Parts: sequence; structure tokens; C-alpha cells
Amino acid sequence: MPALADYLVLSSILFAIGAAGVFVRRNLITILLSIEIMLNAVNLAFVAFGRALGAADGQIIVFFVMTVAAAEAAVGLAIVIALFRHRESLDPDSFTALKG
Amino acid sequence: MALFYVFGAIAVVASLLVIAQHNPVYSVLLLIASFGALSGLYVLLDAPFVAVIQIIIYAGAIMVLFLFVVMLLNAPREETEEDLARGLATLAAPRVRTVGAALAAALAVELSWALTKSGGESGSFPGGSVSSVAAIGRLLYTDYAFAFEVTSVLILVALLGAVVLARREAR
Repeated sequence: MPALADYLVLSSILFAIGAAGVFVRRNLITILLSIEIMLNAVNLAFVAFGRALGAADGQIIVFFVMTVAAAEAAVGLAIVIALFRHRESLDPDSFTALKG
Repeated sequence: MALFYVFGAIAVVASLLVIAQHNPVYSVLLLIASFGALSGLYVLLDAPFVAVIQIIIYAGAIMVLFLFVVMLLNAPREETEEDLARGLATLAAPRVRTVGAALAAALAVELSWALTKSGGESGSFPGGSVSSVAAIGRLLYTDYAFAFEVTSVLILVALLGAVVLARREAR
């Protein structure tokens, strides 16, 4: 049987992949997808900890994280659509109008 | 158990391919595969409720929203020739990539070290676990009732915000 530590290592690997996506990629859609990878890595850690504690609270927190992720995806994608209409580009480096 | 390694390998490889793909449509589809593998891991963790809502909400709703936006924008155009030329001109992009990948690797090592060393006990899971949807629903409507109601307000605000942000400005 895989232990708690195995799930936590898998979760941290997935979180690092998501973070690498945010660092490396230059596409707003892919950056949002990387954020979803990170949220899912955290969900896995929550469920694993909840299983280790024998409580349902981990699964309930995952439910809330998914709800917030849905809201974040809706608003984030709306912002992406508005930005794309504005600049015809998905490159975050092309949105520097607020730079001092 | 072998299933853990199968699902874990699928999740890691699919996630790596998500950030390696240049076409966002493939990225979204690979992320759905990764979420399917994670759902299998939730089943292994005695959390069938989370596994099911992972498929229904994440793979079924959120990823379809992503796919819809990708196809609406019709923009599989990252790193075209001019982008590559501009990146080479500034000489910033390759260094940013190397540093980003190194930071991510350091993050993985640090996180797994911190998470596995802090716990102390590292045996297999205890016998008792809460996997019934009834128990989760009871907790949601008693202990977490306030957070549950606030979530509905959050969804409403996100709905309005998305409509307002994505609306075409009337001129």
C-alpha cells in the first residue's frame, strides 16, 4: 500500500510542474492551465491528509477549492478574452501598459 | 500497490506534456487526462465523492470552458517565428526558462522534503476512513454551512464578473 508520504511527494511534483508552467510558458491560457495543475496538486494533498486523519474535512476543503477554481477560471478566462480583444495577443509580455 | 504508480505516472507525464505543448487545445485535452488519473488516485484514497466531482466539475465543466475559450480565440499561435525572433533578440527568454525550470525543481525537492519530514509517522493509512457521501453532506450543511453559503455568493459574483468582463463594449 502506498503511504501518506508517497501521495505527498506526488502532490509536490505536480505542484512544481504547475509552477514551472507559470514560470516558463508565455501563453495566458497555458498559465491558467498551470494554475489548475497546482490547485489539483493541493487537492491531492488535502485528500491524502484527510485519509490519514480518518476525517471527511479534507474532502470538504477540496469541494471548496474546486468551487473557487471554477470561479477563478470563469473570471480569468473572461479577462483573457477581454485582453485578446484589446491586443490580439495572448503573450503576457505584450500587456505592459501599467508598467512604470 | 501498482495502481498508485500507474495513476501517478499518468498524472505527472500528462501534466508535463500540458506545459510542453505549443497548441493550447492539446494542453487542455492532456490536462483532462491528468485529471482522470487524479480521480483514480482519489478512488484509491477512499474518496469516491471527490473522484466523481473531479470528473464532473473539473473535466466536465471547467475544462470544457477552457476548451471553449481556446477555440473561440482561435489562437494556437504561441511562439510563432516572430515571437521566437523577438525572444532571441532580447536574449531573455532562454535564461528565463532555465531559471524557471531550476526554481520549479528546487520547489519540488523542498516541498517533498518538508511535507514528508514534518509528519513523523510514515506508515500506511489507518483503517477508518470517511467515504460516504451522506457524511460529507451532513458536515457541509452543519459545520461548514456558512462557508457553503458564502460559496454560492462567490459563484454569483464570478458569474456577474465574467459577463461584465467579457461583454463587448458598445460604441
